[in-house]
Amino acid sequence: MLRKSKVRIAAMRMNRRKFLGRLAATGGAALLGRASQAIAIDNFPGYRDRYGVLVDTTLCIGCRRCEWACNEWNKLPNKPIKSFEDKTVFDTVRRTHAGTFTVVNRHIDSNDSKPVYVKKQCMHCEEPACVSACFVKAFRKTPEGAVVYDASVCVGCRYCMIVCPFDIPAFEYDEPLTPLVTKCTFCFDRISKEGGVPACVNICPVESLRFGRRADLIKLAHERIRNNPGKYINHVYGEHEVGGTSWLYLSAIPFDKIGLRTDLGRTIIPKLGKTFLTAVSVVLVSWPVLFTGLYVFSRMSSKSSRENMPSTKMKAGKDG
Amino acid sequence: MDRSPESLSWVQEKIFLGKTFREYLKSNLTLSNSIAALILIVAIPTMAYRFVRGLGPSTNLSDINPWGIWIGIDMLCGVAFAAGGFVMGTAFYILGLKEYRIFVRPAILTGFLGYLFAVVGLIFDLGRYYRLPYPMFVSFGVTSIMFLIAWHVALYLACQFVEWCPAIFEWLNMRKARQWFYRLAVGATIFGILLSTLHQSALGAIFLLAPGKLHPLWYSELIPLFFFVSAVTAGMSMVIVESSLSHRVFRNQVAHIDHGHFDRLTISLGKAASAVLLTYFALKIIGVAHSNSWNLLFTHYGYWFMFEILGFILLPAFLFAYGVRWKNVRVVRFTALLTVLGIILNRVNVCIIAFNWNAAVRYYPSWMEVVITLGIITLEILAFRWIVNRMPILYDHPKFESSH
Repeated sequence: MLRKSKVRIAAMRMNRRKFLGRLAATGGAALLGRASQAIAIDNFPGYRDRYGVLVDTTLCIGCRRCEWACNEWNKLPNKPIKSFEDKTVFDTVRRTHAGTFTVVNRHIDSNDSKPVYVKKQCMHCEEPACVSACFVKAFRKTPEGAVVYDASVCVGCRYCMIVCPFDIPAFEYDEPLTPLVTKCTFCFDRISKEGGVPACVNICPVESLRFGRRADLIKLAHERIRNNPGKYINHVYGEHEVGGTSWLYLSAIPFDKIGLRTDLGRTIIPKLGKTFLTAVSVVLVSWPVLFTGLYVFSRMSSKSSRENMPSTKMKAGKDG
Repeated sequence: MDRSPESLSWVQEKIFLGKTFREYLKSNLTLSNSIAALILIVAIPTMAYRFVRGLGPSTNLSDINPWGIWIGIDMLCGVAFAAGGFVMGTAFYILGLKEYRIFVRPAILTGFLGYLFAVVGLIFDLGRYYRLPYPMFVSFGVTSIMFLIAWHVALYLACQFVEWCPAIFEWLNMRKARQWFYRLAVGATIFGILLSTLHQSALGAIFLLAPGKLHPLWYSELIPLFFFVSAVTAGMSMVIVESSLSHRVFRNQVAHIDHGHFDRLTISLGKAASAVLLTYFALKIIGVAHSNSWNLLFTHYGYWFMFEILGFILLPAFLFAYGVRWKNVRVVRFTALLTVLGIILNRVNVCIIAFNWNAAVRYYPSWMEVVITLGIITLEILAFRWIVNRMPILYDHPKFESSH
């Protein structure tokens, strides 16, 4: 509890500093006028107080209670908590499925062949690919940071699963009539209430999971790296990956050794489609003109060729 | 509606091709029909099974491989092959290449049916197929490339239906409606060109958002352009393949067409296809250069990539050129078929083989997915034949002037 309130205070301090910075920036933007405002919109840094979770994989003991608590809170098919102590599930690397929002996997540290346990769930991206890909707006990024799904409009096309860089959304393939896409909700129904933390964080007995404001957690993560020289890889996974994620990871061994992709870079996935969508409007406006021009030109040339001689025209390659 | 003066009933004349019901049934006892029947006897219960039991029991789709052949083949290939409609529409209406007139109606019909059955395939694939109109009426995900596709495919289907309408009303002998749609058809064609350009490329653009999953040799910022240009080659080749098949199958309907003339037109289409294929090849090379993935060419996926672009883009480009140079219509027809196969290979590569290339679990279709796809293709061919046997698609209706 003490630590929690400390974090809150740090958060407030942080926020004020940020707020002052933002104020200065806004002032500058106001002076510069419209153009720089447009740039500012593109650089929207996210809602200030959004939450995150810091996962310290060096602390996780692989008890899988988070899995149990997740199932319990989200009313997913569950088993007695005792059965989660079964270590044989670690023999295979698992992923999220319908009815499983989170899984803990075991990876082996090749240096000392000790197990490293890594929890996997929706990363709640800052710039979620699923949100931009959904053609019925079934996904939404909330100011709290959660990426939530609205089943009432979902068509079941599974494009969200195609674009998710972390392979998180799952589909109820065995549901013939009303299949849902399922994924971690960040316990939105808990965290949106004052003092609420996700069920998995709440149950974690070793505080491997830490819930808080994302900005504070990033600071905390870097502090841990600094204060424990040699313990961690000097990188907070999720700080910048695909433009940043709400869930952040610390690790003692390279992240690609614990099942987290390191080839994703900072590429903001929704931006990848933007150039195309811009080109669409260009085509929309210019094609009618271009093709009318071609039409007029072909009319003119056919008239002149008719006047010259009755030849059969050969068609040259036509392309876009 | 004025009926034909003979003693035949309307149904006999329009539906049973002027035969009595018994004669009509008898005339349908052919080898090709029995093959079609055989496929459908298996496919239709399988289709029912998919709807009753869901995607899980009927497909090999999974959380890691959410898209299979219903997207890769039915949707992506179906739409690419339907490009003949807009390619011929452009050549005929915009560029004023009037000699291509004999290709226009069949291409538009192929296009319409291609899209229609692509949507049919999609219905099998969608988890909640009954919500298909949601992006149009209920919830608008305007940032999605898929949203663009949904709208364009819907609008384009309507466009192609309008383009097809004159033939329907000629068949029904409804002069007024025919004239009305005849005038509308030109506008629909032009609007359709716009829509086609956009969604042919949009189908490629879908994959822009999956850079970590599509193999770098296939993933490219140029992928929308690849899809568009290859759709143009697919459209042209499909017109060649489809017309040469039609001229064999519906021999009596094309008796009036001079075969020498038809062959010359086929060759000139081949000439255009050759040029576009070369463009496509150049773009593919630029794509590799752009993402600087030369080093990947000499890996297993690299060989597969080269197999595709050398064997199914560059080779047909040269074969078409060869066929044109030596006026060899057989070479042109064979090459068109090769190009069509190349398009299938490309779409399957992008959607299935090179997709999730680094995943632990790979996808291959279940027998039910294959059977349903075969069933859909069979239905499409039957629909095409049913229409061509009745409506003036391959020939001009004698009662209606062809004042294109």
